[in-house]
Amino acid sequence: MTMLAAIIALAAGTFLIRLAGPVLRNRFTMSERTETILKAGATVVLLALTVTSTLIVEGEFAGWALPAGVLVGGVLAWKRLPLAVVVVAAAATTALLRLAGIA
Amino acid sequence: MPSRLIRTIGPELLRDISALATGILIVGVSFGAIATAEGLPWWQATAMSALVFAGASQFATLGIMTTGGGLLAGVAAGLILNMRHIPYGMAVGGLYWTSLRSKLLGTHLLLDQSTAFALAAGEDRRRARIAFWTVGATVFVVWNIGTVIGALAGQFIADPAVLGLDAALPAILLSLVLPALRDRPTLLAGLAGTAIALVTSLFLPAGLPVLLALLGLVVMWRGTKPKEREAAS
Repeated sequence: MTMLAAIIALAAGTFLIRLAGPVLRNRFTMSERTETILKAGATVVLLALTVTSTLIVEGEFAGWALPAGVLVGGVLAWKRLPLAVVVVAAAATTALLRLAGIA
Repeated sequence: MPSRLIRTIGPELLRDISALATGILIVGVSFGAIATAEGLPWWQATAMSALVFAGASQFATLGIMTTGGGLLAGVAAGLILNMRHIPYGMAVGGLYWTSLRSKLLGTHLLLDQSTAFALAAGEDRRRARIAFWTVGATVFVVWNIGTVIGALAGQFIADPAVLGLDAALPAILLSLVLPALRDRPTLLAGLAGTAIALVTSLFLPAGLPVLLALLGLVVMWRGTKPKEREAAS
């Protein structure tokens, strides 16, 4: 029962949070400069999210295998390889390092 | 119809989205499996995936609730994790802010991935709009199918960490933000913001550090006026 309440509360709250962005956006006068800053803002958050979630898992250092895999993926993406290649290389690197006993 | 759809979306985007869909499916399966292992009935796990539709917050709320953390703590942790959707909506909200139906659907489909794909489309608004909707709809379908599979058959499925699959989604997000980081001011803002997020992760609850990363944007105010930036690019 409590779980159901949690699901409904989280769903409603999350929808309102998702709604807040565009509503705030419409209060700005959209110059090209504002648009650039807003896009950079989302990019900064995505980059920070990627790096923190790669290095820290459940409040502790994630170990070397995960960041190493993501880094390999990032290098291949920088060389403009397709996303499928990036994903396979990242997962394979992480899996092989773990197989070799490196957490 | 399918061939027309493929032509509109474009083979390259479809290929990238397939890679993403595979990654999302696997995380969806592990969410369903963990939820069932924690004693959640399959339909509640599925309802959570369909209604909340934000993976990290689902894991967090579920984890706190099932370890006796209580309703308020569970929901609060999930909502704090989801605050990052505010800057996402400010950046890409214009893509779906048209009819009421489009506003409501687009709002529910606002994700890390739909935002990242839309941003990676660059200045081309038509491509950005196609990327946003295709990614949002695909992830919604795949995430929910994955949850059901995991909830019903989770105990038969191997640990994704053994296969290194936890590296898949961060690698995809990193790939998608790289084009934007070729712009120097954005790169500097990103590096400064990430440093702030990493340091504050040591003492703030998950979700707040990535918002504080926005402070990194101040480096864009200094020195770079719009005209210079145009000349430089």
